[in-house]
Amino acid sequence: MSNDPTDTFRQEAAELLEQLEQGLLDLGQTPEDSDLVNSVFRALHTIKGSGAMFGFTEVAEFVHNFETAFDRVRKGVAPVSPALVTIALAAKDHIHGLIHDPVSVGDAGDTLLADLAIVVDGGVVPVAEAVGEAAAAMTTAASRDGVVRWRIRFFLPSDALVHGTNPVLLLGEITALGKAEVTLIADRVPTLEEMDPERSYLGWQIDLEHDDPRPALDDVFLFLMDGMELSCEKLEDTRAAQTAVAVPLPALPATAAQEGAEATAPVAGRAPADTERADAKQASGAAASSLRVPAERLDELMDRVGELVIAQARLTQLAALSADSSLKSVAEELERLSSGLRDTTMGIRMVPIGSLFSRFRRLIHDLSNDLGKDIEFLTSGEETELDKTMIERLADPLVHLIRNSVDHGLESADKRLASGKPARGTVRLGAVYAGAEVTISVTDDGAGLNTARIRQKAEENGLITPDTRLTDSELHQLIFAPGFSTAKEVTALSGRGVGMDVVKKTIEGLRGKIHLTSTPGKGTTITLRLPLTLAIIEGMLVRVGTGRYAIPLSAVEECVELPATALTASRGRNFLDIRGSLVPFISLRDVFGTSGERDPFQKVVIVSSGGGRVGLVVDQIIGNTQAVIKQLSKLHADLPNFSGATILGDGTVALILDTARLVDAGQGTDLQQGKAA
Amino acid sequence: MSHATHMRALTLRLDDEYFAFEAEGVREILDLVPVTEVPNASPFAAGLINVRGRVVPLADLRVAFGMRQAAHTPDTRIVVVEAEIEGEQTVVGLLADKVYDVTDIENAAIEDAPKVGMRWRADYVRGIGKRNGQFIIIPHLQRILEQAGRRSGSHGHNEGASK
Repeated sequence: MSNDPTDTFRQEAAELLEQLEQGLLDLGQTPEDSDLVNSVFRALHTIKGSGAMFGFTEVAEFVHNFETAFDRVRKGVAPVSPALVTIALAAKDHIHGLIHDPVSVGDAGDTLLADLAIVVDGGVVPVAEAVGEAAAAMTTAASRDGVVRWRIRFFLPSDALVHGTNPVLLLGEITALGKAEVTLIADRVPTLEEMDPERSYLGWQIDLEHDDPRPALDDVFLFLMDGMELSCEKLEDTRAAQTAVAVPLPALPATAAQEGAEATAPVAGRAPADTERADAKQASGAAASSLRVPAERLDELMDRVGELVIAQARLTQLAALSADSSLKSVAEELERLSSGLRDTTMGIRMVPIGSLFSRFRRLIHDLSNDLGKDIEFLTSGEETELDKTMIERLADPLVHLIRNSVDHGLESADKRLASGKPARGTVRLGAVYAGAEVTISVTDDGAGLNTARIRQKAEENGLITPDTRLTDSELHQLIFAPGFSTAKEVTALSGRGVGMDVVKKTIEGLRGKIHLTSTPGKGTTITLRLPLTLAIIEGMLVRVGTGRYAIPLSAVEECVELPATALTASRGRNFLDIRGSLVPFISLRDVFGTSGERDPFQKVVIVSSGGGRVGLVVDQIIGNTQAVIKQLSKLHADLPNFSGATILGDGTVALILDTARLVDAGQGTDLQQGKAA
Repeated sequence: MSHATHMRALTLRLDDEYFAFEAEGVREILDLVPVTEVPNASPFAAGLINVRGRVVPLADLRVAFGMRQAAHTPDTRIVVVEAEIEGEQTVVGLLADKVYDVTDIENAAIEDAPKVGMRWRADYVRGIGKRNGQFIIIPHLQRILEQAGRRSGSHGHNEGASK
């Protein structure tokens, strides 16, 4: 991670913008919720404060005006309308643009602010007002009962200079609040021998003419509250207003919200300074309970745990051969510990899928506006956890599936009413655990897939011939074929002919499966089944010749014995009759060019991938194994049949079969033979 | 080999030829371990081994230098080296019939590989040194790994034929 403070701001802003967006979208649903209004306001306020602090003046200026307009909503003057939410979302995007690419966003901000002003009634937004310091909005809210003088004394945290705080700027912000007189407090400066030039020893006393500078001070010292000394008292009546402003950082936004409720509310508790500090410590303790760690370190940890699991498996194997009972008990103990460690480590990498789901609310909102369809978006199972990498890679496929549901699935309101459905369409996104897998489903209550059109299209594209007989379910799976698209016209959203096949590839790349069911008139459900993690799989260990191979257990459907006649029956046409359906099979001995005698009783492992099935003929099925997946090097990267390797309990290496690819190969030979016949 | 006057090298024997690898790239030397055969891979990198919990490809330089195959002997070792293959830092095991020692080879004693008159592809040889009256081949490991390894799978055998 970089030490550039503006990076820190960008990161923080990204989270705040997320919070802002969620708040706005929630407001769209429940416009009366004042907590939501306050949450939006808090997010805006914090972006403004830190934006100004890190020198993003344009951001601060824009957000200030945004905030001023939104303040009318907060005060109940303007209602929350769908139009407001839409413009506010656009404004949120504009802020994002200002932060990340200020050149290209241009002056769209003025238009947005004008729109915003119209929406919040009457065009009172002071677009031209410059924001010198972050506090302006807060101070204008305070009452003006004549000039009062305040005495502010502060010492910065001793490490403030190391962290890049410039006291001159802070003083500038305070003196900009009103007529001020600044005095330096230098009595803490030690002798030269004891002095650490990086520490901050100086303090300042400022006599300020202001109504109530305390809220403004909160803004000025936003990032320094922990560990700094700050006092602020009214000069007229020093005893009564002995107010120590030592607000712990996390509590600050709440202060702003409180302010909204009662304009004259005190800034912070009036407890003695030492208890205040204890509070601050407690608060920072709570903040430290979650930790940002670079993802690579987690990968490294996972690697180490993988090695430990392998070493432990070897020990277990040795202990099983030994008669030493104490060795056995140590091996068992270690097995228990290492499996616990493995689970914990995998748990660290797990992220709730809700973080992904929330992104789609904005997508639905925009789609709803663009297509003029009224959509209800329901999510469930946000707490379901998946490996971090998995969640990142799922984002694109899910965007595609949701777009498809909205664009192709849901009918227009007229059509819906005509077929006796509510005008408002529903899209559901849900996640649920299913054993060692997670099932994610996207469901719409639209028209369902048009099998006739799919058939027509597939024939046009030469995917099937007119005399191919397919069930509806088989026809539905055709939309996953490369280059297939049924939208009558290409819209901006979908129907570019790329899509479902890419989605399917991505899901299978994650060792997942995609399944589609559709009922005419009722809607379509697309289900994704995904393993919880990418690093370790349950495998079935098989033997081919002298070599041992792992087959991902999630792909295995069943194991059967190969009838003695099947291999010799007819050359090239290898089918097994599995309960009435023909399943092609390939002999791994042939694929691998294995030498030596076949075992007398060959076994077939039926694996499936993307609706296809193929039998893999092996010499022996050894059993289940926990496989820590290791990537193959560039030297073996071009081998098609293996997705990786793993290390077995006895320390030898076993290759992991790429079942998706083997199924394709099996189906491929099937098709070729079909044509030849 | 840039500024120093000599190259610190690990010397080993393959068939009747002596080879020298820069000692810096050598991670460890192992006795023969169980090798997992990789079906359909090129004979140059036909196996995988477990090196301290890592899955490491095992390469046989005999194939790259067109030497005859021989059975493993008690002297056979695996030299684990680190090399870059197409921009990826990779740990590779190399089979050696016998490993001798780490020695210094004077830069002055290293000559460029002759363009003609060698039994091997000239671009696989970085230079030829001399020690105790013996010729020592200094192979161009990265090039060998990138080119000889590519002959696995569908790419076929045209790589060697085109030269």
